[in-house]
Amino acid sequence: MDLLIQVLIAGITIGSIYSLIAIGVVLIFKSSGVINFAQGSMVMVGAFITYALVVQFKIPILISLLLAFLISGVMGMIIERSVLRYLTGASLISIIMVTLGISYVLDGGALATWGSSNFTFPKLFPSFSIQLGGIKVSSIYLWSFLTSMALLVIFLLFFKYSKMGLSMRAAADNQKVAVVLGISSKKVLSLTWIISSAVATAGGILLASVSALHVNLSYIGLIVFPVVILGGLDSIAGAAVGGLIVGVLEAISGVYIAPLLGGAFQQVAAFAFLLIILLIKPYGLFGTKEIERL
Amino acid sequence: MGRNKEKQWPYYLIFLGVFLIFPFSLFQYTKYILFLVNMTAIGVIGALGLNILTGYTGLISLGQAAFMGVGAYTVAILSTRVGLPLWVNLPAAGVVTTFVGIMVGTPSLRLKGFYLAMSTLAAEFLLEYVFKNWESMTQGIQGLFITPPQIFGMPINNDRVFYFLSVTLAILGVIGTRNLFRTNVGRAFIAIRDRDIAAELIGIDVFKYKLVSFAISSFYAGVAGGLWCYYMTIINPEAFQLSISIDYVAMIIVGGMGTLWGSVYGAAFVVLLPEAIQRIMEVLQPVLHMEYTFAAFKQIVFGFIIVVFLIFEPKGLSEIFSRLGNKISNLRRKEDRIARGPRE
Amino acid sequence: MENRPHLEIYNLSLYFGGVQALHHVDLKVKMGALFSLIGPNGAGKTSLINCISKFYKPNEGKIIFKNREITNLRPHQVARYGVSRTFQNIELFKGMTVLDNIKLGRHIHLRSGPLAGMLYLGKAKKEEDALEEFLDREILDFLGLTHIKSRVVATLPYGLQKKVDLARALSAKPEFLILDEPVAGMNREETQDMIKHILEIKKAWGLTVFLIEHDMEMVMNISDWIAVMNFGEKMAEGTPDAVQKDPEVIRIYLGHSSTGG
Repeated sequence: MDLLIQVLIAGITIGSIYSLIAIGVVLIFKSSGVINFAQGSMVMVGAFITYALVVQFKIPILISLLLAFLISGVMGMIIERSVLRYLTGASLISIIMVTLGISYVLDGGALATWGSSNFTFPKLFPSFSIQLGGIKVSSIYLWSFLTSMALLVIFLLFFKYSKMGLSMRAAADNQKVAVVLGISSKKVLSLTWIISSAVATAGGILLASVSALHVNLSYIGLIVFPVVILGGLDSIAGAAVGGLIVGVLEAISGVYIAPLLGGAFQQVAAFAFLLIILLIKPYGLFGTKEIERL
Repeated sequence: MGRNKEKQWPYYLIFLGVFLIFPFSLFQYTKYILFLVNMTAIGVIGALGLNILTGYTGLISLGQAAFMGVGAYTVAILSTRVGLPLWVNLPAAGVVTTFVGIMVGTPSLRLKGFYLAMSTLAAEFLLEYVFKNWESMTQGIQGLFITPPQIFGMPINNDRVFYFLSVTLAILGVIGTRNLFRTNVGRAFIAIRDRDIAAELIGIDVFKYKLVSFAISSFYAGVAGGLWCYYMTIINPEAFQLSISIDYVAMIIVGGMGTLWGSVYGAAFVVLLPEAIQRIMEVLQPVLHMEYTFAAFKQIVFGFIIVVFLIFEPKGLSEIFSRLGNKISNLRRKEDRIARGPRE
Repeated sequence: MENRPHLEIYNLSLYFGGVQALHHVDLKVKMGALFSLIGPNGAGKTSLINCISKFYKPNEGKIIFKNREITNLRPHQVARYGVSRTFQNIELFKGMTVLDNIKLGRHIHLRSGPLAGMLYLGKAKKEEDALEEFLDREILDFLGLTHIKSRVVATLPYGLQKKVDLARALSAKPEFLILDEPVAGMNREETQDMIKHILEIKKAWGLTVFLIEHDMEMVMNISDWIAVMNFGEKMAEGTPDAVQKDPEVIRIYLGHSSTGG
């Protein structure tokens, strides 16, 4: 029983981080139909930038965080302006490959700058031990979970109620009408990428805090896909729920299923799950089905 | 057009001559060039397969490397455990991979676009998992050795011997693909890519043809994988991971999706680029104290080139070359006209 | 024109969520007839032929073709019964040449599989050669498309694309030809040209033609029988004379005379 609780805690924590990262992908998809395969790289680079600011440049934590969000936001905007803008209306395979190309550049850049070793991420949260039932849980899990959830709630509220959020949804839904209503889709698009990058950085920081900092963190960008498919490519709430489910699933697979099947099954558990979902409900729990007309 | 065909046969003869004689030349770098050609030939076969599926039929696959792995492991297992000869193993690799492809395709091909891509991504990871963990068959991450079979007294993985095999198969692959698109099956693929609903309504069983496309693509991948196994003589799961699948997609994008020569140009490009970078770096940096810098630089250049191609020439090298070819022939026509003088 | 029905539609209904596209429609098309379906936009005409083609699955009703029920077939199977169609939005394969598009129309008659195709010499080559010869002889020449057969469809003007759409539908040598607004957007000359081709091929091959059109002059002049739809229901049907005089029809078209468009 203790083991199960530990597994669940780990799963929910990682899952909430997945949710956060997935929201970045959903945002960009909702506003431009682009599927961003570079999100994982942005998560990793965001974490490294934070690390560099705090540890290498020794800037105070709060300012470092602000700077990190700023820098990654600018990076996201640059990517959108200098690359994606030229590929509006391009085929899906082109979009996938261009974002993969960007991820290669980011990964390579990070590898060249920091190398391929493990780094200890600075402690951003007060550290203590929590007693849950009979087990000791490190506080970082709690902090990560709370931060993710807080950010998720902020996002949901932002999109549902704020003026900018409404504009973004309008622009995503029907570009032509949005333009007539005075909503600049170009501005909205840039803003989407900025937010998505900042969210990626937040996710990276949390992820690096819970596990470790390494250039391989960018692989998280792939796990995000089972999450968004489960939750529905165009649903923010779906991403939130999907992330938690996938996180828990992974944790459970690692502990209970992997020993049966051998190897690191938890690494592919999300994808086995993805296949099952694709066969049953490809548009996810909350997604909208596309209707084709002749 | 007929005129051109007649003029072409001297070129074919020259090509044939070079093809047959080159491997025996005493040029210092012959062995290295043979190696590059061999790697390219394998890449061409894999790229042809992927192009049929993605370029011509419009079905995105991120799992080409995993299918090559199936072919490679088939060859390895048949060769080491059952002791079958090359001329059985290589086609068998194609056939086994075709079966796996059909198994993966049957549920997946009901999906479209992004969801299909994700399904192939899942297949890629799951097959990788099988390669790593079905140790009784694949020896897992340690890798599987094979004793290279002998042809005319020389092992198959000898650069020269393998060259004749691989280039011949690559040429056959190109011819097969070209023929395919002169017939109804190939046309059906393109119709499915361009307007699958209309295709269905004019009588094409779209699902069946998607599956056929997947099967043919898998066959090519399996043969490419089998060749890889014979050339490397040791295979491990690392050779068939996602980054290799992405390499193949890059090949057809850089080369030209939905074009015959695109697969060839793209394969050559993706195989030769890292080699070129390595040579350049060896020349430029006598002191390479960080060993990962090469890997990092390779990644950056690769990613950058993909992005640049997609922005500036999404139709790839085949489009660039074809435009160049048109310019040259237009120039020649102009010269002809000038030479002939003003008409009455 | 025989009296046997070629196509029978009974009680056909089609819903999209809350919207009812077709409402208990009954129709009979006689063999060899030129049957026209008219009605305002949104009346359900294209939905009806999409049900025949099986692009939509009707919620209620039956479709019977030559005494065989085709209501539950898959879309690609309908073509095998000898039914061909053109499309309102052309739906040609824009990246391919005119010839390849038309060849695709004949797909159901071609037998070469992938292996034969890749080998080419032998079975596939024979089939391709016979195909080209057939198309040159019976389709391209007839429709005046021989000079553009190697052109990529995307480079052609609208009128020619419409012709290629017709050629593609004809290349399967159907018995039942559905034309969805074949002269939409064409000028007078092109329209006359198209009408001439349709009537000629109908006579030469003994086709039954099912026509959807808005050009009233054309419809009244060439049809054997007309059905009028509105709001997903069949409002009236009869000979062109009878339909022109029907008060319901006049009301629907409010002010449109028989020579209007």
